[in-house]
Amino acid sequence: MAHPILQAEDVTKTYDGFRAISSLNFYLFPGELRTVIGPNGAGKSTFFDLLTGRAKPDRGSIKFSASDAAPPVDLTGLNEYEIQRLGIGRKFQTPSVFGEHTVEDNLILSLKGSRGVFAAIFHKLSAAQRGRLDELLDLIRLSDKRRWKAGLLSHGEKQWLEIGMLLASEPRVLLVDEPAAGMTDEETHRTGELLLGLRGKHSIVVVEHDMTFVKQISRDGRVTVLHQGTVLCEGKFDEVQSNQRVREVYLGRGKH
Amino acid sequence: MTTSPTARRVETTAIAVIALFLIVVFPLLNAHGVVSDFTLNLWGKYLCYALLAISVDLLWGYTGLLSLGQALFFALGGYMHGMYLMRMIGDLGQHKQPIPDFLVFLGWTDLPGFWKPFSSFPFALAMVFLLPGLVALIFGFLAFRSRIKGVYFSILTQALTYAGALIFFRNNTLMGGNNGFTDFKFILGHNIREASTQRALFIVTAVTLLLVYLLCRWLSRTKFGLVQKAIRDGENRVLFSGYAAGHYKLFVFVLGAVIASVGGALYVPQVGIINPSEMTPDKSLEAVVWVAVGGRATLLGPIVGAVSINALKSWATRAFPDLWLILLGGLFILVVLFLPGGLVSIPGRVKELWRRCRAKKAGPSETETPPAAPAASAEETPAKP
Repeated sequence: MAHPILQAEDVTKTYDGFRAISSLNFYLFPGELRTVIGPNGAGKSTFFDLLTGRAKPDRGSIKFSASDAAPPVDLTGLNEYEIQRLGIGRKFQTPSVFGEHTVEDNLILSLKGSRGVFAAIFHKLSAAQRGRLDELLDLIRLSDKRRWKAGLLSHGEKQWLEIGMLLASEPRVLLVDEPAAGMTDEETHRTGELLLGLRGKHSIVVVEHDMTFVKQISRDGRVTVLHQGTVLCEGKFDEVQSNQRVREVYLGRGKH
Repeated sequence: MTTSPTARRVETTAIAVIALFLIVVFPLLNAHGVVSDFTLNLWGKYLCYALLAISVDLLWGYTGLLSLGQALFFALGGYMHGMYLMRMIGDLGQHKQPIPDFLVFLGWTDLPGFWKPFSSFPFALAMVFLLPGLVALIFGFLAFRSRIKGVYFSILTQALTYAGALIFFRNNTLMGGNNGFTDFKFILGHNIREASTQRALFIVTAVTLLLVYLLCRWLSRTKFGLVQKAIRDGENRVLFSGYAAGHYKLFVFVLGAVIASVGGALYVPQVGIINPSEMTPDKSLEAVVWVAVGGRATLLGPIVGAVSINALKSWATRAFPDLWLILLGGLFILVVLFLPGGLVSIPGRVKELWRRCRAKKAGPSETETPPAAPAASAEETPAKP
């Protein structure tokens, strides 16, 4: 296999004496769709916070290959927008779209391009960007609602819009936190298909609770189980499901 | 970005009519004695306040930054222009000395160094932009770098303007102490008390207001405007979309400071006095009330609010001098409770009400038709396809 696109080694993060993440090692390879599961409090969200610059690890390194040619960059000293510009996009658990903006404007704000103040003042949408916009709207099935205020969309549609916003910035790595939360079964399935379709072009990490959904998107990909801030086990869905320790962790807490 | 072409045409026509009235008709009426000098002067003051209100709205309404320190920048602009006006008094002051009276009173015989360049109008004009801009840049840089937001930002800006007032109250600051500057005589060689001078100042103020309005309108329709409102509605998402929200806020804060400062610079020659009480936090709070009453996150709102409340104030402080503050507070509460969109939202509300009444009369069949532009109003969520 190629070099990892994202690698976290020996990462530890403590909040008031509580070890949210403890000596975590994580490797993501180009084009991979990785699913991360784990009981509540396993450190999934903290892990994303560390990857995206929201929180700084106490120890360890997080390296990211922003391009195939350049050497990996250390992310631990960078903030949210610097990391986003390098090519890591994050979708939040509760959909965070700009409710007062139209669907289209939400995407325009997310399109790849300069993020500077003056660039924004003199920004003009190019023909190529218009084309990309139509493409994205089509992909997330919101073409006929492009002029709607995003706040008026249903929960599931907001989730899709946020995924669309992520894709608009053309990131190398997508971090997706519980994309199926609050969706109907049909929407969940469609979301799964969408994510599977993005494999190869992007490297994706999905955090999820819904086991049907995990099974759908993991297929032959790898599943990582987090427990108490560290990797409990890693492998194909069936291997993980039959793992005795995983069962204990989940059953011991009264889950699945 | 959701306004229809007809709504835009109506808005453009309305602006053109109001601008024409303020810039041409009103001064002409004054020149022919229909409008008294006193009224013209009063309106000149209102328009300066409107500039201050726009600066508050740019920060609060559009970017979600409630600055309670805009009066500082307004007053600083006033002081910068005031220094020039003080120099223009020459030796016509009470003490018949070539330096401002308060300096003579403090025992100075020569002009302090930092006063010297203010004999030049272009220099003073440049300082109207530069000094408040610089203060805002430094304060904003520190505040936004530390990611100070919400109520903490408001408190800090309030402390900033209070600190400014304390500095200017000191006689040793050499800015006139608690009396400030007054007794101006000339501006650019014209007698400042002459009706024609005041008329010219009024026209300059109205033109400035129009230009600032157009600038803000243009800005709010660029991608910058989108980012601004996005910061207000979800700063997290903005950061995770790759925008350095702090840089945007800093830009808006500096721009707001400069707009307020220009308002203050135009205010001083028309009112004839500037002193540190203009910098106290309650002046900033008043401006926030104007914006809330007029209509937040609209461009016409702050202008309507500033003019109407100050017109009301001019009347009420004469009719019921003791009740004015209670009246103002009550008005603020009423608007917040019953008219969150402010005065400028009234026409839309009336139209909506009228449309509903008509729909009711026409029978239930017509109310079922889905609206053509679903994005227009929040109350009408159309059925999903």
